[in-house]
Amino acid sequence: MEMNEAKLQEILDQYPAKVQKNRKKHIFIKRSELESQQIEANTRTIPGIITNRGCAYAGCKGVVLGPIKDMVHIVHGPIGCGYYAWNTRRNKAKSDDPKQNFINYCISTDMQESDIVFGGEKKLTKVIDEVMEIFKPKAITLSATCPVGLIGDDMGAVAKAAEAKHGVQVLSFSCEGYKGVSQSAGHHIANNILMEKVIGTGEQEEAPAKFPINLLGEYNIGGDGWEVERILKEIGYHVVSVMTGDGSYEAIKNAHTAELNLVQCHRSINYIAEMLETKYGTPWLKVNFIGIQGTIESLRNMALYFDDKELTLKTEAVIASELARIEPVFEQYKKICEGKTAFCFVGGSRGHHFQNLFSELGIETLLAGYEFAHRDDYEGRDVIPTIKTDADSKNIPHYTAEVDEKRFRLKVSPEKLEELKAKIPLGQYNGMRFDMKDGSIIVDDLNHFETEEFIKLLKPDIFTSGIKDKYVIQKMGINSKQLHSYDYSGPYAGFNGAVKFAEDISMGFASPTWNFITPPWKNQPLLEGSVTEEGVA
Amino acid sequence: MLDCTPKEITERKSGGMINPAKTCQPIGAMYAALGIHKCLPHSHGSQGCCSYHRMHLTRHFRDPVMASTSCFTEGSSVFGGGANLKASIQNVFHIYKPDVMAIHTTCLTETIGDDVSSIIKTADVAEGKLVIHANTPSYVGSHITGFSNMTKAMVSYIAESTLPVKKEQVNIIPGFVNPGDMREIKRLVKSMDIEYIMFPDTSGVVDSPMTGEFEMYPEGGTTVEQIKDTGNSQLTLALGRFASSDPADLLNKQCEVPAAVLKTPIGIKATDALLMTLRNSFAREIPKELEIERGQLVDIMTDTHFHFHGKTVAIFGDPDIVTGITEFVLSLGMVPVHVLTGTPGGSSNSAAGSFEDDINEMLTTAGITANVKSAGDLFTLHQWIKNQPVDLLIGNTYGKYIARAEDIPFMRVGFPILDRSVHSYLPIVGYQGAMRLIEMISNTLLDRADRDAKDEDFELVM
Ligand code: SF4
Ligand code: SF4
Repeated sequence: MEMNEAKLQEILDQYPAKVQKNRKKHIFIKRSELESQQIEANTRTIPGIITNRGCAYAGCKGVVLGPIKDMVHIVHGPIGCGYYAWNTRRNKAKSDDPKQNFINYCISTDMQESDIVFGGEKKLTKVIDEVMEIFKPKAITLSATCPVGLIGDDMGAVAKAAEAKHGVQVLSFSCEGYKGVSQSAGHHIANNILMEKVIGTGEQEEAPAKFPINLLGEYNIGGDGWEVERILKEIGYHVVSVMTGDGSYEAIKNAHTAELNLVQCHRSINYIAEMLETKYGTPWLKVNFIGIQGTIESLRNMALYFDDKELTLKTEAVIASELARIEPVFEQYKKICEGKTAFCFVGGSRGHHFQNLFSELGIETLLAGYEFAHRDDYEGRDVIPTIKTDADSKNIPHYTAEVDEKRFRLKVSPEKLEELKAKIPLGQYNGMRFDMKDGSIIVDDLNHFETEEFIKLLKPDIFTSGIKDKYVIQKMGINSKQLHSYDYSGPYAGFNGAVKFAEDISMGFASPTWNFITPPWKNQPLLEGSVTEEGVA
Repeated sequence: MLDCTPKEITERKSGGMINPAKTCQPIGAMYAALGIHKCLPHSHGSQGCCSYHRMHLTRHFRDPVMASTSCFTEGSSVFGGGANLKASIQNVFHIYKPDVMAIHTTCLTETIGDDVSSIIKTADVAEGKLVIHANTPSYVGSHITGFSNMTKAMVSYIAESTLPVKKEQVNIIPGFVNPGDMREIKRLVKSMDIEYIMFPDTSGVVDSPMTGEFEMYPEGGTTVEQIKDTGNSQLTLALGRFASSDPADLLNKQCEVPAAVLKTPIGIKATDALLMTLRNSFAREIPKELEIERGQLVDIMTDTHFHFHGKTVAIFGDPDIVTGITEFVLSLGMVPVHVLTGTPGGSSNSAAGSFEDDINEMLTTAGITANVKSAGDLFTLHQWIKNQPVDLLIGNTYGKYIARAEDIPFMRVGFPILDRSVHSYLPIVGYQGAMRLIEMISNTLLDRADRDAKDEDFELVM
């Protein structure tokens, strides 16, 4: 069914007037004849609306800090916040020193009523002492949850005292859940402090190998980061650090030695990418390792940047050999997927990235959106200067990186940089709108009501989303795939990941289980005859 | 796996948790609220909490868990959430059309001290629609407390005593158990031919059938009429002290319905106790079919006792479930050596409680000494196990890390189970549930025996 503005209005009309006015600004139908199409994003969700959004704490501790394996992450607050972010995000990690891998631990101050009344600083101090005694980590993070900010605990002071006492870095993050309007605030808070206090504190002046890069905004869900690293290493890159999937404090400290920063998830980490450029002169390149063509393009763009003959040859050789290996398998799955339609709603980058993979499988994306993106994720970075900062974002401290006089170095000449920028997305991201087809719908912070309405109208064959609406969609008889957790499959990145995704999606379409939804007696009239010896009369 | 956990136990005085064995109140309140027919749970606080609670419940039940939130931002945190809640009430009834909206608070709204009942009173709620609320600060108790508090709210807002003489009818508060368990308890009561009202009742809500259509409010759940009528019942059975006794007490105070607090009917003794209470209170004979089931269970227990007898076991999870499981494994001749719950209430001298006392009493009767702790965490449990290994670990999904680290057979029971399916449909309560538990325990132990057997010791019949 063709989507148009009138049909959209019919859906919106069902809202109370105030809600309608608000939601209208968060939805548009892509029309490429219009030069710009503005969307409202990163604004408050309407009270009472069933949203998929989380909080600043989830973005800070849950997304960015959690995957750093050799730090102990202490959650300061009542028990729940710590509990829910414990092992639930699939950011896999392995370590050569199992005694310094804390990924399966959840540490919470478990605030009690008396801590709320009298303050939780003492308890936090004691928990840090115990953590030092039991685990002896190289560094600790403290994340604040809602009540902490309200009662006025000075986590910064606790952290400072603990640093002095134990001689390791103790970082404190004021990522109370009510800050900002979604996880996004938490990403920003985490980015600021990692940049201010960790990156660049390593001793290395130069990377120990050629073509050093950082992989930013890659969280190693289901092993994605490992697949990307496999390819990069095979070509000859030296991966300095991954932020933050399977990340390590030790590696992140030396992130300044990279010659290029790759940005996978733009939303969660573009701040660090920008700051690295300011401070050390390292450009960043927007990459996408989801989908075969996305991966190839990203690899070729990297080769263009480094402009090294051998590297370029190796890049092409790896691409060719990977393609020869995976294409025949991929083609098989394509036969099952071709002609199908999808909704793609999730997080802050996957909603865009996965559309490539869908289209390679012959699946058209009818609707897409993000849970906690900003306007630039939809409309491209060019709109950043025009984004109004509202009260909710103003509360997020903005850390401004300054030039590191000692270590700042232009990695490529200004002329070369300009030349490259014309060819590859260096320091640039065009946003989701750019890649979407005319007539498709873009929705920010899609909610439950809209999900149901759009599904009824457009009847997609697959809806990729998160756990909270997965079963809603499946109850409607529609295949649904979680793109936060990959339904505990994966990896989906890189060449192997594309095949795995194709396999999983095809399984979803081909499963005979869907055929049983309608019981046989619903479609057949009750027979009037009776059973005779010959069968049904 | 968990390589950073040392064997030496050092005293931890901070009160912090490492690998918790409990979670926060609102998730329990949300679950209880789903057990009211056509009810939308509403989380009054910032949206992150609501998101986490829905996420976790959905993972356990693998079914839609709908709930709305007041979506706090910094401003609402400073100025109070009255405006957000009022807007929520309007939007929820307009857009999602529930009959009941059940509000619970989060740490945030508790800390700023929003007076939810006054806000509700001044909100404009359409005729025939109902808003109830429970205070559920997570710095008190656990998710079990939250379940209890929301069930209390059902009583305080809805239950009424309207008849001069009580009806021959029993109220059943099933506690924080799966819909499969609720169904089974209802079956037992039905087969005794006794009128009953179960509340909350999530069966038919979080185990609803696949029809190709999404129902925001599936068929299940206790209706408001039924909850109202609980005030007219002759008796309330509170199954599981931690999750159910407070609402039962309140109902007694409010509507003079006497309450009997029983264990969650896990295993033969607790199921006997449930049926005997019903039999004696309502002068009903135990039907033949239940006697046969019981006989089958005992038959299985005696047939298989040698698989279990003397085997050591560590049990953790929610207090009512752990109590039931402990009693049952004792009746199989097993030896619980570590028993732990994360929910507070029950260190021996505290007024609150009884978990440790209850367990210790059972163990003393059986002549067993064990490590018993409430308000504990899995780090403690793991250290205990390192010092005194066990043959079997029983608990929720989080136990799998300890099981792997120490190479112990592991059986999943309780909440949450995030890595297996079907569990929420099938009961562990009643005689049938006990049979299922035996099957699970023996499968776990015998699979392990097979796995570890040398070729020459590998046997066809066990
Ligand atoms: S802030 Fe409180 S209610 Fe919310 S998740 Fe954390 S512990 Fe639970
Ligand atoms: S891809 Fe999505 S879910 Fe992942 S970190 Fe980025 S925004 Fe979050």
